[in-house]
Amino acid sequence: MEENKKIYINGRECNYKDERNLLEVIRKNGINLPTFCYHSELSVYGACRLCIVDIENKGIVSSCSIKPEPEMRVKTHTTELRGIRKISMELLLANHSKECTSCGKSLNCKLQDLASSLGVGDVRFKKREKLIPLDTSSQALVRDPNKCILCGDCVRACDEIQGIGAIDFMNRGSDVQVVPAFDKNLAEVECVDCGQCARVCPTGAIVPKSDIHDVWKELEDPNKVVVAQIAPAVRVAIGELFGMKPGTILTGQIVAALKLMNFDKVFDTSFAADLTVIEEANEFLRRNESKDSLPLFTSCCPGWVKYAEQYYPELLGNLSSCRSPQQMFGSLAKDLLPGQLKINKKDIVVVSIMPCTAKKVEAKRDEFEKNGIPEVDYVITTQELAAMIKEAGLDMNNLAPESLDLPMGFKTGAGVIFGTTGGVSEAVLRYAYEKISGKQLDNPDFKAVRGIEGLREVEVNVGETKLKVAIVHGLANAGKIAEMVKKGEADYSMIEVMACPGGCVGGAGQPVTFDDNTRKERAKGLYECDKMLQLHKAQENPYVKEVYNKHLGEPGGHKAHDLLHTTYRNRKRIFESGFEVLSGTNSQKLEISVCVGTGCYVKGSQNLLHKLIRYIDEQGLQEMVNVKATFCMENCDKGPSVTVGDNLIYACNFEKAVSEINEKLTVLKVD
Amino acid sequence: MITAIEKKMDTARKFERVCAILEDYNYDPGKLIPILQAVQEEYRYLPEPVLTFIATSLGLSPAKVYGVATFYAHFALKPKGKYVIKVCDGTACHVKDSMPIVKAIQKKLRITENENTTGDMLFTLETVSCLGACGLAPVVVINETVHSLMNPAKIDKVIDKIYKEEAGNEKVAC
Repeated sequence: MEENKKIYINGRECNYKDERNLLEVIRKNGINLPTFCYHSELSVYGACRLCIVDIENKGIVSSCSIKPEPEMRVKTHTTELRGIRKISMELLLANHSKECTSCGKSLNCKLQDLASSLGVGDVRFKKREKLIPLDTSSQALVRDPNKCILCGDCVRACDEIQGIGAIDFMNRGSDVQVVPAFDKNLAEVECVDCGQCARVCPTGAIVPKSDIHDVWKELEDPNKVVVAQIAPAVRVAIGELFGMKPGTILTGQIVAALKLMNFDKVFDTSFAADLTVIEEANEFLRRNESKDSLPLFTSCCPGWVKYAEQYYPELLGNLSSCRSPQQMFGSLAKDLLPGQLKINKKDIVVVSIMPCTAKKVEAKRDEFEKNGIPEVDYVITTQELAAMIKEAGLDMNNLAPESLDLPMGFKTGAGVIFGTTGGVSEAVLRYAYEKISGKQLDNPDFKAVRGIEGLREVEVNVGETKLKVAIVHGLANAGKIAEMVKKGEADYSMIEVMACPGGCVGGAGQPVTFDDNTRKERAKGLYECDKMLQLHKAQENPYVKEVYNKHLGEPGGHKAHDLLHTTYRNRKRIFESGFEVLSGTNSQKLEISVCVGTGCYVKGSQNLLHKLIRYIDEQGLQEMVNVKATFCMENCDKGPSVTVGDNLIYACNFEKAVSEINEKLTVLKVD
Repeated sequence: MITAIEKKMDTARKFERVCAILEDYNYDPGKLIPILQAVQEEYRYLPEPVLTFIATSLGLSPAKVYGVATFYAHFALKPKGKYVIKVCDGTACHVKDSMPIVKAIQKKLRITENENTTGDMLFTLETVSCLGACGLAPVVVINETVHSLMNPAKIDKVIDKIYKEEAGNEKVAC
């Protein structure tokens, strides 16, 4: 029966199978109906009204929110439909700040594109009266509400793909805006800087922050040695901005371009990824032997690290202590290069070229700064690099490829596939297999870990040892698996987490695309890269071996630990300081704070607060105390946290709190 | 008479009430709107930290809770005065000159459209679209009391009366 399902689109018979909605059937049949709010990976919203169609006996409906039915007769471009689409566009444009020539999204803007393809000429409606100030608080992203068309794509991406919901709609009617909670700035809320909101934004309302200006300045400074590191995912995507197909490998051309723009040395983040493989695999093998802190979560993705710090503080011990490849490169470069190049450490400028907006924030973390010198000075995205190349007047299509500098430009395929989901797992397996079995791995490919499913699990048998690996991308999936680990329902050895769908190839710093297939093509490019390289296992990288021999000592050893590992901390996601529940009037009074943030709340802090208030009431201590409910003291793993005076009590209970209160009050009275 | 200590415990009790409300609704995120309604009954508005607390307790993001709270006109994010004056500006009241009443109240209470609560937290002025009492137009409702066939002079007297009552209350309290 399946194959008999047919509908008529503009009078032509069309077959359909299991498409989720009418829009997908129409698109499959070669008619690209315009949309703003439809993304196959997000829920159906039906807000932009551009995909409207005229269905016989049903009238005009949005095709994204209706299922195809047998014998349906659909028209897609009647005069009435075209008129409605044009009016909708006109209304959107009226509210949009149309500074296209100076907009970061220009030429990649869906609004611009659709306005032109729908043939919208004059906009007859009045402009928005008041301009809303830009939100430049985040180190990763810039929000310009004046360019927002309220399609809600960013809201759903943050909520559905990442499970965070840092932004949502505020108000109603003509006052609607997309904002973080309480209309705060992005830097003041739980945003993890992944930028998936910017990736799906059809206009320039949320864009990655640009650091190009500072990089140009450094390049001009004759006293500085500017060193670049190129992340794997960049090389297979940048071509898209120069008219090439996604997946085109342009490592050599990027090197050539960077050298022409005055970069002194160009290295490869994949070299550092090879190091990561060795450090992380050794860490994993150690833990696997002692069955301690398993499963091991990967830690290369800064979006995931911040997410874990905010939402799963109790699992931080399971995170690999390895720095991300970007930061391994930074610390190693600042440690090795001064000697090698005979220059001052402070004159070295490390510029990372990343597919990622969260990397900008990662580079600024306190842990990655030594004596006031950051290990990575600037992070620019693939988009920004392309903009620099264009500004420098270079023709990417005609640049002769150049080779990366040694030693940190030499990598194996293991370090290259880091840029796609499943890559880190495969690279680690290539190492762990040989280490555990003592045998050589002839075919380095672990194809079972490859794929695009958001949550995959793979079992690999290495002799007697069974390794069960889970691979997730999208933080909502990471959240699901973290919950399983918390409940003890996950028997994985290792869990690879990437915040962005598809892994780094789908990062928010990559060229703008609204085609789901692009990520797959980029990943294909990376596997292609792996195939073309001479070596595929991190342990075979001769320069990595040399760095260990001459510089780092043993993997996981003291020096390696100092340069290649890091620590994590509980991080609050709500910056609200809390609220007074009771405020005494005595001149000297005792300050009591009870944390009611999620971590402490699940451990019963709300109940504890109840009891304390009752106790204070019964004992008539109201005038001598200030009681506050706070949101997070960043000690979530040891909650409930209560402070009495200057004393912070972990794992607090009623008895502990009361005895501390009485003790402190006696002192107060004596004073 | 309310003692100072009892007044103090009032904030604590309000918070306790929020916890009880959440419990009553079984911490069900699907019951966000009735929860917000009940909490607003306690505080007369929805304080930001309380909204954050509700979000955390229900496992929702604060942005989502804020979105719901700002969507409905019923929810107030700023503290409201003891007396909420609602002037009907529906069609019938509007043609019967409800706007001059609004202007008169604003002038008397020295408030504006944006700053619509008096500094002493006694009055908040709102306009509503229709109270369904068009026969009595123009209508003004103060808390639960309906004042019909209003005009600027009449509303002036109504407000003065409230001021007098309040002054009396204070004397009693002292």
